[in-house]
Amino acid sequence: MSIDTSKVAASNRTAAVASKPSKVGAAAGWADERLGLAAMGKKNLRKVFPDHWSFMLGEIALWSFVVLLLSGVFLTLWFRPSMAEVTYQGSYNQLRGISMSEAYASALNISFDVRGGLLMRQMHHWAAMLFIAAMMIHLLRVFFTGAHRKPRELNWVIGSLLLLLGTLEGFTGYSLPDDLLSGTGIRAADGFIKSIPIVGTYISFFLFGGEFPGDAIIPRLYTIHVLLIPGLLLALIAAHMLLLVYHKHTQWPGPGRTENNVVGFPMLPVYAAKAGGFFFIVFGVTALMGGLMSLNPVWKFGPYDPTKVTAGSQPDWYMGWPDGALRIMPGIESHFWGSTWSWNIFLPIIVLPGLLFTVLLLLPFIEGWITGDKREHHLLQRPRNAPTRTATMVALMTIYACFWAAGGNDLIAIKLHASINQITYFLRAAVFILPIITFLVTRRICISLQRHDNEMLLHGYESGVIMRTPEGSYYEKHLPISEARAYTLTVRDRSAEQLTPATQDDTNGVPAPKGRLSGFRDKIRTLYYADDVDKPTTAELEEAHHHADHEAHELEALDGHSAEGHHFDGRHPVSEEPIRPEHH
Amino acid sequence: MSAPTSHEPGHEPGHEPINATTDALLPDPGLPGHVWRPTDVDERAEKRAERQVATLFGLSAICTVLFVVSYITIKGGVDGHTFIGLGASNVALGVSLGLALLFIGIGVIQWARKLMGDHEISEERHPASSSEADRSQTLAALNAGLEESGIGRRPLVRNTLLGSVALLIAPAVVMLRDLGPLPHQVVGEYPGAGLEHTIWNKGMRVVRDVVGTPIKASDIQIGDLFNAEPEALFPTEENGYPELEGAHRQIAKSKAAIVMLRMDPADIVSDVTRNWSVNGIVAYSKICTHVGCPISLNERTTHHLLCPCHQSTFDLADSGKVVFGPAGRHLPQLPLGVDDEGYLIALSDFLEPVGPSYWERNTKSPEEVAKELKS
Amino acid sequence: MRFLNRSAGRLSRHRRGPVAGLAVLLLGLLVSGGLYAALSPSSSASSTASDEQLVKEGRELFLVGCAFCHGQNGEGQTDVNGKLIGPSLVGVGAAAVDFQVGTGRMPLAAPGQQGPAKPQTYNDDEIAALAAYVASLGPGPAIPTEADYSTTGLTDEEKQAAVVRGGQIFLTNCTACHNFTGEGGAMPRGGYAPRILDTSPKHIYEAMLTGPGPMDNFSNGNLSPEEKRDVIAYIQSMRDQPGFGGFSLGALGPVSEGLFAWIVGLGVCVAFAVWIAAHTTRSTKKKESQA
Repeated sequence: MSIDTSKVAASNRTAAVASKPSKVGAAAGWADERLGLAAMGKKNLRKVFPDHWSFMLGEIALWSFVVLLLSGVFLTLWFRPSMAEVTYQGSYNQLRGISMSEAYASALNISFDVRGGLLMRQMHHWAAMLFIAAMMIHLLRVFFTGAHRKPRELNWVIGSLLLLLGTLEGFTGYSLPDDLLSGTGIRAADGFIKSIPIVGTYISFFLFGGEFPGDAIIPRLYTIHVLLIPGLLLALIAAHMLLLVYHKHTQWPGPGRTENNVVGFPMLPVYAAKAGGFFFIVFGVTALMGGLMSLNPVWKFGPYDPTKVTAGSQPDWYMGWPDGALRIMPGIESHFWGSTWSWNIFLPIIVLPGLLFTVLLLLPFIEGWITGDKREHHLLQRPRNAPTRTATMVALMTIYACFWAAGGNDLIAIKLHASINQITYFLRAAVFILPIITFLVTRRICISLQRHDNEMLLHGYESGVIMRTPEGSYYEKHLPISEARAYTLTVRDRSAEQLTPATQDDTNGVPAPKGRLSGFRDKIRTLYYADDVDKPTTAELEEAHHHADHEAHELEALDGHSAEGHHFDGRHPVSEEPIRPEHH
Repeated sequence: MSAPTSHEPGHEPGHEPINATTDALLPDPGLPGHVWRPTDVDERAEKRAERQVATLFGLSAICTVLFVVSYITIKGGVDGHTFIGLGASNVALGVSLGLALLFIGIGVIQWARKLMGDHEISEERHPASSSEADRSQTLAALNAGLEESGIGRRPLVRNTLLGSVALLIAPAVVMLRDLGPLPHQVVGEYPGAGLEHTIWNKGMRVVRDVVGTPIKASDIQIGDLFNAEPEALFPTEENGYPELEGAHRQIAKSKAAIVMLRMDPADIVSDVTRNWSVNGIVAYSKICTHVGCPISLNERTTHHLLCPCHQSTFDLADSGKVVFGPAGRHLPQLPLGVDDEGYLIALSDFLEPVGPSYWERNTKSPEEVAKELKS
Repeated sequence: MRFLNRSAGRLSRHRRGPVAGLAVLLLGLLVSGGLYAALSPSSSASSTASDEQLVKEGRELFLVGCAFCHGQNGEGQTDVNGKLIGPSLVGVGAAAVDFQVGTGRMPLAAPGQQGPAKPQTYNDDEIAALAAYVASLGPGPAIPTEADYSTTGLTDEEKQAAVVRGGQIFLTNCTACHNFTGEGGAMPRGGYAPRILDTSPKHIYEAMLTGPGPMDNFSNGNLSPEEKRDVIAYIQSMRDQPGFGGFSLGALGPVSEGLFAWIVGLGVCVAFAVWIAAHTTRSTKKKESQA
């Protein structure tokens, strides 16, 4: 019987263990018997990730989040989230003897009396700024390349939520040290909340435990900052990654890269090494920034005092745009029946961010509704091949940039020796006019780039070689692009095919209901694809090739009669040829 | 969907398959052949790359040692060592840690780029949706489960369950009630409590912020600007005000701070402002009516007060009216007077709530407020 | 004499130390006394005589360089529309002249704009002469002496207390316009509060005393001379402070920090990403062993 049992045991083991019963193998076997890791590893260890720099932007966000967790844990060991009043007796001379909150005193303590504390504080803050910046350019990359299309819309939603939560997390962190800047930020936030109709005052009193500033807000923000939002962020990041693995990464079109495969390096070892190495790089860059670049010198601001303020009271950059909206909003306030409607605050700081975030969240669904495209997409699009989408995002970016500029209008005024009032008036108009201009310009640029692609496909690239015909006229020689490049350029949809009416009779011939909405959708869809330059048809391509052959034939007569540049015809190797033949 | 989509074998119709590009204009040349790297074909290059990567790791180790050494030897803090005018400790720790990490990162990536196998491999994709069979099986399982539970057949059970679970939101909401008092509940709880009140009252002296000394009207020159506070915030035995602590002091400060300046009385435009001034000395709430930043960026020549947060600008010669920016309301003015000893005092509390607007706020113009004061 | 009386009254009210009182009293006396005689290298026989001489020299300079805007007798000028070209200088005092001319703000390139600090047009002797002349037009604040703005005479503890108090006064009265580091800030309609980190203590003192341009006045009835001295001590302590956290990035607060996060932080990370994903060099050779 002993023989039988050994057989059974051996067959249960993984191949690795069976072939080579090493220590590692034994450990893997032990784990697999309990966790069934082999089945998962079989699928995922050699999982393919395509290689492109723009696919690593999200990784910057991921790794800076890890830096945030690590440095944040360090900071919690000393930070005291308390608004109890203490008299500072620490080592910073300029504030000794001043009464301040325990939170601020402990922030000073971390900065001056904990070795490496200032470094960790600055790394934490730099990583936070980097985290949100990286999320934003990752978002832009995804949108510009069409990676948000089916089946990835939900991951877009998760990503947008991550951006929102990251921003809130940043704002709560900014408020914790209780210096003059963060206190001013909280005070402004109190003003924002109070502007909410009906419930604003109540929310403010509940949040602050009474009147502003009270002594509850910092402990409460602390709990949100270190527990609630990080928990949500972690969960959403996990979901984001799981969906990434499930969908497999998108890839750029190219020879051998189709909608049905994914080409790249395997997870183990190359991708793991590259991603792991990138973690160290992001960590290292953050450490260098923390060591060399001063950030939020809380000691210079002094403790929060509701009677003090400083010029340049600004939020961190990611809150800069709602702050800018607040700055350029005209001061409109209405009063009805003894109630106050602060449009000047409520609209720019509560409604506008909510609205823009909703638009952001819905972008893939809006686009899907307009195009009516229900296919799965795994090949990326070049921004030029979706001119309306690209232009839409550029317009949104322009709005964002205008608000952003408004958020720094005082510094722009100083640096450019301009009037803050004029800048404000300008931005009030610009925030409406500039997006329209950038939309139109971007769209036109995309379309002309599409046209350029077609030129390349049909007539080749401009070689820079000027030819003289026997008749004496001149023209520039075009040389055909490589086969791979030509193929890559042709891998895209024809927009005309997308322009079928939204409502089609279904296969059984039942007429589809034609509502007003679908008519509207047809119109929008027409506009969406308007002026798109389609890739050439097969006939056009053949015609162009024929023309090229004909031209080549004509030139054959000149073969052997070397004239300057003439031997550079794309058919003969030219590396050995002199650009100018020597004249004897 | 007029686009011809390639139907994969084995994929049921009715499903949207993965989009194959619409038409094959050109044939797919297929993945290009592998081209070797110098490190693959040249043993010397391979050895060189190996040494290079190992050197990077070695450099990282040196930097880590440097980090520990500088942690121990370099004095940080306020009177620590400096290096070209920078805090030496922070710079040394940051740079050594940063380089230690960067060297590892660069080394690992160099290893991957030069030495690890670099054959690109291809993996098949599958549609994100499950197969039709899976779907129908799941649906069947779901239906079976629902059927067995009887949730469809017993609406009474279902509805009472839904109702009772929904009601459980109530405790969650109710429990948050004690986060803070209601706005009207704080009134009278501490000096100057409530959104409509500040700690100012009739006869309270105006004192300088920070030092807390009272201000004689005759000491003020035209063009002087004071960041001032009510005397109650600087309690002494002499003035007899009760000691304010912690949050109550901060709350009082956050509403009572004023800017006081003296302008040429001829510059004052509004009658209300003139009535509440003493020899051209006017006092306004320092709390912006926009979102509540303290404001004291005064332009002496124009008497325009600018908020550094959002650039609302108020005309202090004309009842604190908004002349620019996002604020929707004038800056409340504090009526000033002089006591027997010649010190500046408040003639009353602010006659309207200071600071940002809120829903319940009943707004009056300065003229209305002045009328109310007279009656 | 009004200025002198006010100072004395304020001092008793503040219960300052007798030494400080004496110092300010001395300062007041020096207004009418021979301060400029001491400063002027051309001081000769009697102080009164040289004083008169100095005023005369100053008047000559004034008529050439200043009278076009400020009037023949410093009474101020308006154009035909009643718009002010140059304000009256009666009673602005020597301190105002020393600040405006000493920091190069005066003479202005053109009337109506905020004068930027620039290299001095007049030399120190000429400034002293101009100041003496303008001071002779009416009583006004005198040029402060080093004793006014220096903490050299104090004990270490007093110095420490002065810096702390000065910091609080600075954060209350100055940062709103000049920024928490003294880097300056924007004011309405193209105006600005200048950077004050490079300004000499004397000029900072004079600026507080006289309220140049659109700046508010912090006369001695507002901030006492000791308080002004403390503010200057704090500004100097901040100027001498090492960059604890590294390079200051312009010390403009979150806007410049955000800019650096994008350009340096994200820029470097993206550059690394480009490198990571870039193709390595390829060889034309084939691998022999691999078939």
